[in-house]
Amino acid sequence: MPGAWRGKANVFKDIEHLIRLAAVMAIALVAFVVLRAAVVPRSFGQYGHYRGAAIAETAARPVAFAGHDTCEACHTEVVDQKKQGKHVVVACEACHGAQAKHADDPASVTPPKLDTAIVCARCHEANSAKPKGFPQVATADHSGGLACDTCHQPHKPKIESAEKTTAGGMK
Amino acid sequence: MDITRRRLLMLLPAAAVAWRYVQAGTPEAAPNYKLTEHWWGMLIDIPKCIGCGSCVRACAEENDVPEGYFRTWIERYHVADWKIERPDVESPNGGAQGFPPNEIDGKNFFVPKLCNHCVDSPCTQVCPVGATFVTPDGVVLVDKTYCLGCRYCVQACPYGCRFINPKTSTAEKCSLCYHRITKGLTTACCEVCPTGARQLADLKNPKDPIHEFLRTHTVQVLKPHMATGAKVFYNGMDGSVR
Repeated sequence: MPGAWRGKANVFKDIEHLIRLAAVMAIALVAFVVLRAAVVPRSFGQYGHYRGAAIAETAARPVAFAGHDTCEACHTEVVDQKKQGKHVVVACEACHGAQAKHADDPASVTPPKLDTAIVCARCHEANSAKPKGFPQVATADHSGGLACDTCHQPHKPKIESAEKTTAGGMK
Repeated sequence: MDITRRRLLMLLPAAAVAWRYVQAGTPEAAPNYKLTEHWWGMLIDIPKCIGCGSCVRACAEENDVPEGYFRTWIERYHVADWKIERPDVESPNGGAQGFPPNEIDGKNFFVPKLCNHCVDSPCTQVCPVGATFVTPDGVVLVDKTYCLGCRYCVQACPYGCRFINPKTSTAEKCSLCYHRITKGLTTACCEVCPTGARQLADLKNPKDPIHEFLRTHTVQVLKPHMATGAKVFYNGMDGSVR
């Protein structure tokens, strides 16, 4: 009963409208604080004006390229072979592609055989913008469409003189 | 204590709030990795780049970059003797399949590009919602669950390193293979670079060869006049590079 309430509390008689306003504002403030706490992610502001948990989420993505250290743990014979030639600096996955799946399960996931006519040309096809000291050939003139591994062993590309004489008969 | 209907109704909201907090705690992806002990950048040695496109292909595979978009790409510069200020720049399919033969005259060279992971990055400054940021270890990342796709950052980047992923409609960019470098691996592009033209650099690691390199070489960053604090250092960069 509004009338009875007014009668008892004379003090509030003339400021009732202010109390109502204050009540509305207090409710709005509480609603804002509660909503903000619910909506803003917990880690927001952990490091700055962003969601701190996003850093760990980005870092949690699985890798596709295993890295040459992983390859070299098993393929030691290739490492020894590569050490004898200039391709020692070329990581395995530069030619063989992403192999993290193969590294996780070597038995069932096997890398496909590479077509050296394509793979070698990516780097060694002549181009005027390539550094002058970098070995380059015009593949059409150099091999006439033959796959590069007919003569070159990709892990140790330099042709030894003994091999050269045997391969020379092919020309 | 009996669970009355009244008590249950009072407990439910509290339990809901508590569960939210349990879920919010994301497990640390790399437990031994300390954010404050690294400061990432990259070194690009232009005289070593052969434009093979291995980095572009590896980046696309490692990060599921949609066809026709690039987080890293290679540009081929052709600078004719008489127009150093207007070089011809091309990047067919980002250089992913290499480059067709071009003019022999003038100066020809390749410039690999990627996000410069700027310290004062314009792209993070314009983001209205805090969806992109510089991590404490100096990598500019995008929080794709928070991104609105407003494209402000795409316009703000002076290097053109950002795009909107057509599948997610959120901003995307090079993450410096954050999921790899926090596990002790190098980035996919640096891993496959056959000539060592790209080198990941940890500027806070005193043993990183970057320090010796920076001391003994004259390196430059792209668009230094923009004062972005770029951390991708270019060695042997021609003045015509934009």
